[in-house]
Amino acid sequence: MVGVLAAETAEGAEHAAAAANWFVQNAWLIPLLPFISGVLTLAFGRRTPGKGPVYGILAVFAALVLSLGVLWSFVQGGGPYERTADWFTVGPLHLEAGILVDGLTAVMVVVVTFVSLMVHVYSIGYMHGDVRYTWFYVVLSLFTGAMLLVVVSNNVIQLLVGWEIMGVCSYLLIGHWFEERTNSNAAIKAFITTRIGDVPMMFGFFALIAATGFTTTNIGETTEAIAHGEVSTLFVTAAALLLFGGTIGKSAQFPLHVWLPDAMAGPTPVSALIHAATMVAAGVYLVGRLFEVFVVAGEDVLFVVSVVAAITMLGAAILAIAQDDIKRVLAYSTLSQLAYMVAGLSLGEEGFTAGFFHLFTHAFFKALLFLGAGAVIHAVHSNDMSDMGGLRKSMPVTFWTMLIGSLALAGIVPFAGFWSKDELLVVANDTGTTWLFVMFLGTAFVTAFYTARMVLLTFFGEFRGHGHPHEAPASMTGPLVLLAAATVGVGVLGAPQLGAVFSEWVYFGHPHEAHFVMWIAAISTLGAVLGIAGGWALYRQRKDPDPMQQALGPVWTVLVHRYYIDDFYMAAIVRPIRDRVSAGIDWINQNVIDGVVNGAALLTRALSRVVAWVDRNVIDGAANAAGGVTGTTGGLLKYLQSGNVQWYAVVLFVGVIALTIVFTRVA
Amino acid sequence: MTWENSAITITTFLPLVGALVIMFVPKDRDRLIRGLAIAVTGVALVFAIAIAVGFDYGTDGLQYELNAAWIDAINVRYHVGIDGISMPLYVLTFLLAFLCAIYTWRFLPEPGRPKVFVSLMLLLITGMAGTFISFDLILFFVFWELVLVPMYFLIGIWGSANREYAAIKFFLFTLFGSIFMLLGFLGMYFRSDVGGQHTFDMLELQRFAQGGGFTEGFQLVVFGAIALGLAVKVPMWPVHTWLPDAHTEAPTIGSVLLAGIMLKMGTYGFIRIAIPLLPEGARAYAPWIGLLAAIGIVYAALACLAQRDLKRLIAFSSVGHMGFVMLGIATMTEIGFQAAIFGMVAHGVITGMLFFNVGSIYDRYHTREIAAIGGGMSQKMPKLASTFAYVSIASLGLPGLAGFWGEVMALLSSFNPNAALGLDEGLFRVFMVLGGIGTILTAGYFLWMLQRVNMGTLPDRWKDAPLADTLAIEWLSWVPLLLLIVVLGLYPRLVFGMTDEAVAGIVENLTRFFGG
Amino acid sequence: MIRLPLVLVFSALLFSAGVYGVLARRNAVMVLMAIELMLNAVNVNLIAFAAQLKDVGGQVFALFVIAVAAAEVGIGLAIVILLFRNRESINVDEVSLLKW
Repeated sequence: MVGVLAAETAEGAEHAAAAANWFVQNAWLIPLLPFISGVLTLAFGRRTPGKGPVYGILAVFAALVLSLGVLWSFVQGGGPYERTADWFTVGPLHLEAGILVDGLTAVMVVVVTFVSLMVHVYSIGYMHGDVRYTWFYVVLSLFTGAMLLVVVSNNVIQLLVGWEIMGVCSYLLIGHWFEERTNSNAAIKAFITTRIGDVPMMFGFFALIAATGFTTTNIGETTEAIAHGEVSTLFVTAAALLLFGGTIGKSAQFPLHVWLPDAMAGPTPVSALIHAATMVAAGVYLVGRLFEVFVVAGEDVLFVVSVVAAITMLGAAILAIAQDDIKRVLAYSTLSQLAYMVAGLSLGEEGFTAGFFHLFTHAFFKALLFLGAGAVIHAVHSNDMSDMGGLRKSMPVTFWTMLIGSLALAGIVPFAGFWSKDELLVVANDTGTTWLFVMFLGTAFVTAFYTARMVLLTFFGEFRGHGHPHEAPASMTGPLVLLAAATVGVGVLGAPQLGAVFSEWVYFGHPHEAHFVMWIAAISTLGAVLGIAGGWALYRQRKDPDPMQQALGPVWTVLVHRYYIDDFYMAAIVRPIRDRVSAGIDWINQNVIDGVVNGAALLTRALSRVVAWVDRNVIDGAANAAGGVTGTTGGLLKYLQSGNVQWYAVVLFVGVIALTIVFTRVA
Repeated sequence: MTWENSAITITTFLPLVGALVIMFVPKDRDRLIRGLAIAVTGVALVFAIAIAVGFDYGTDGLQYELNAAWIDAINVRYHVGIDGISMPLYVLTFLLAFLCAIYTWRFLPEPGRPKVFVSLMLLLITGMAGTFISFDLILFFVFWELVLVPMYFLIGIWGSANREYAAIKFFLFTLFGSIFMLLGFLGMYFRSDVGGQHTFDMLELQRFAQGGGFTEGFQLVVFGAIALGLAVKVPMWPVHTWLPDAHTEAPTIGSVLLAGIMLKMGTYGFIRIAIPLLPEGARAYAPWIGLLAAIGIVYAALACLAQRDLKRLIAFSSVGHMGFVMLGIATMTEIGFQAAIFGMVAHGVITGMLFFNVGSIYDRYHTREIAAIGGGMSQKMPKLASTFAYVSIASLGLPGLAGFWGEVMALLSSFNPNAALGLDEGLFRVFMVLGGIGTILTAGYFLWMLQRVNMGTLPDRWKDAPLADTLAIEWLSWVPLLLLIVVLGLYPRLVFGMTDEAVAGIVENLTRFFGG
Repeated sequence: MIRLPLVLVFSALLFSAGVYGVLARRNAVMVLMAIELMLNAVNVNLIAFAAQLKDVGGQVFALFVIAVAAAEVGIGLAIVILLFRNRESINVDEVSLLKW
């Protein structure tokens, strides 16, 4: 029994680098802290002064400190570090609980904990007075913990655990206000859509595990086995494509992108967390973590990846133009920006760093934009930009911080987005992927355009809503300012002129030298400026209907209906399966399969009636007949017994005499 | 008689003794009767845990073994024992029994009559527990059939509207299957030859089979017969239709024990009897079992989407979950068997808990129609709604909770079925994909169900209804399960560690038989 | 010394008279007395053969028969009296209850 209960405490091989400091060795604390705070909030949150945020904030803050410590190790030039403990064994398969800390992990944990901390603090103001305030913090902490678990995992099963917990937390958060049908629909849509991607990803994990002969789930060993093991090219290709399914789902790439815009149904801080640091970033992270598989799988797989990314990139950016809901503008922008990252990764080793640098910068400015949008929504009580306008006077802090975020999104120097976008363009150019270069550039133009539209419609012109909007409380503006500072600051980490330290932390294979190409920077800036100028020209004063609607005509209708993709899924897949196929199956169950059963029962009963008839009339008849004959015979014989004793005596004497005669004769 | 050789006999028959004692209690001593049931099952649970604690998990042999003569004329023996495969199911049986007894303290459906109800429940428990420890085919069969009668009465007397139909259907369906199983057992008996004698002893039969004692043709026939009997109990598609009816009509306790334990008797039989004793048969039928399992998974999930009755929905979900268990078994691999046993335990805990929940929901609303409940349960009864959501999410296979490991390991094992048996890899990967689709659909119906029951706003007709949130007695009977769900999810070693050696032994024999 | 055949003829006549009485008389008392005649005919036979064969066994049997006859008459007369009490008649033709 003891053997079952106690995991062997002996830790697995520690691939310890000399430079691994205390923070790196104890990085397992980083995901654990938010989980603990989630449980504490659940248990004691309601009874705690302030209704519970304190646990989450403290835990995430501690995790941020630990994360910075981890990053510090890499700043000092530390190497990757792995640490494991036995978890359990299933047949030949040995499962471990472990952490893998490398530069990518270090950057990710910092991003996740920082953004999550901002969101935790911000929510104090935003969610104030909510019906399920404490519960919100419980899930928020679990959500953060799950993402961190994904990031630090050293094996695919543990990663899957975090991945799915994140999925269910997103379901709970998106459906936070589940009284409204649309919100719970959005929550279900998010969970199911991502799960459609998760299942292939799980099969991809199986392929990795199978490549090792079902012995380990360790990421390093499995990717090694698939890269250098005895597996066919087809196997590797299939594995890579299956894994990419997870990214398509979680990072909301075409064709599974539909859940993300609907996920706006959740409270705005949740949107910030989902869109910036967790959940969608996990998909990109997955590709990065298992990049070896993709590299080994080769050009064809990466091409598929880049095509998916390219479709999403431009398609989503164009959709963002046609949105009236400020959060939906940002949602489609997220889709588009995620596609940037995925496309960057599809460029192979060179694009690895650029892609993740974009993830890094995007996390800050997109969190900023969402939280800013939340502040606006909080003020005007509407998501619709037609109820906004002219807010720059009444909400100066929000305006300025959001302006910074918008410029970063549009890719204006020197904000963070410029540097990362520029990196991607440079890599696309270096690798000779011209078509992707053009896509990047085109998307950058559209991005600048819709960003300008959003800012202009929200903060410029006349206020069109009701009431008197006022600036958000300090708990909300504080995170905005911090994120704005980060947005300005983090770009330099990747700026080639300043040494691009980011590429020394996050790389695949060997550190990739970032460099600056003047003409590319010029072109991208030109594109962005043109986009902004176009936006300024059309939206300086809000017109009704939208100028683009007149310009695009029927195309606008298509955009409003999101290319009819959602409608198609609903009409062609969801409703038929949910309503008709299931009803058909139920009908078959009740009438065919159960029909056979009931039919057998009826048949048996019919047969039993026949048998009963035969029994009563044939078999029982024979028995009765035997009795009848006996009765009749007895009825005849009874007359012999007259009851007259003397008659009996006569018979007796006659009998004796007769017998005497007979026996005398015989003798 | 030492603890070593009598422990499981005492534990198994303790509920039966309890039932006999309760028969002498006057029937108006309601509290005493229910209290006795709690006491008896509680003591049995303590004994079962003591057995589990004293068990040596390092070997794959039988422990706590007792092999005594019973019916000499046909060489039937009272051979009981316990190994790693039996252990988790055995303990689970007594755990659920205890919790059911606690639940009965407060909840007893019409027409009451606690004395009979409790006695039948205890009898049922002895039957179920006995199945898991029998190592003689006839003894196994006796326990197997012993379960039918009390369950028949539990459904038939304490069930809801359509109870007679469901009870008879349940009884006849299972009996139909078990007759074939008995024929299979007899076939093995007459073919066996151990020292010039026929035998019903599983271990001796296994050695006999391992030595090639049964011809292939014989195995095909007998495996088919036994598999039919077991498949009805599991239940596998397409012999599952008794289950939704039985569950829908059964009282809460009946559903919990039916789903929690009784279904496992079928899957347990596959691992314990059908496969080790008839390896050739297992090889031939494995793809078909896998196929039926995969169909069952998708089919059940789709059927769930169409259900309007909450309890029926949960019942159908059982068919899908047991499909995963059977898929794991069909792969004939160590991972697959381990997954199957884990899946059994997890399903017992989770679905047992779901039936508790649905029972309590029915107790409040007096309807199980999803449309009639109409949503908004979270507003009126947040605790009940939260546990219901928690368990539902566990049931759809969220990692970190118990439901995940059985499913994921079953799918993993079907990625590469046992090569020694020559099972077709491609075919099983198709099953795996079907299973994957099943998990998506499973998530779909559970979330849709939660949306329609928990979420939204409370309909006006319930606004003033006296809907009480979770009661103390409910917490008492639920908390162990709620905790176990998360404990098994985070620490699956609790079950995998128990079953490891025993499963390895079976698979090793299987592989060696086919020269692997 | 009386010769044996004479005695046998006598007993045969006596027996025949008894048989006649049993079969023909309607009075139950008379039937009983006829039975006594038959028994005594047998007794005569037994004594005669005993004397002839110098065997005392015949005499012993005769004594047994006398004893049995006495008992029989006791029971028989008791039945007749009960019969008379119930039926006010001792005509054996009227006593035929033991029939089908």
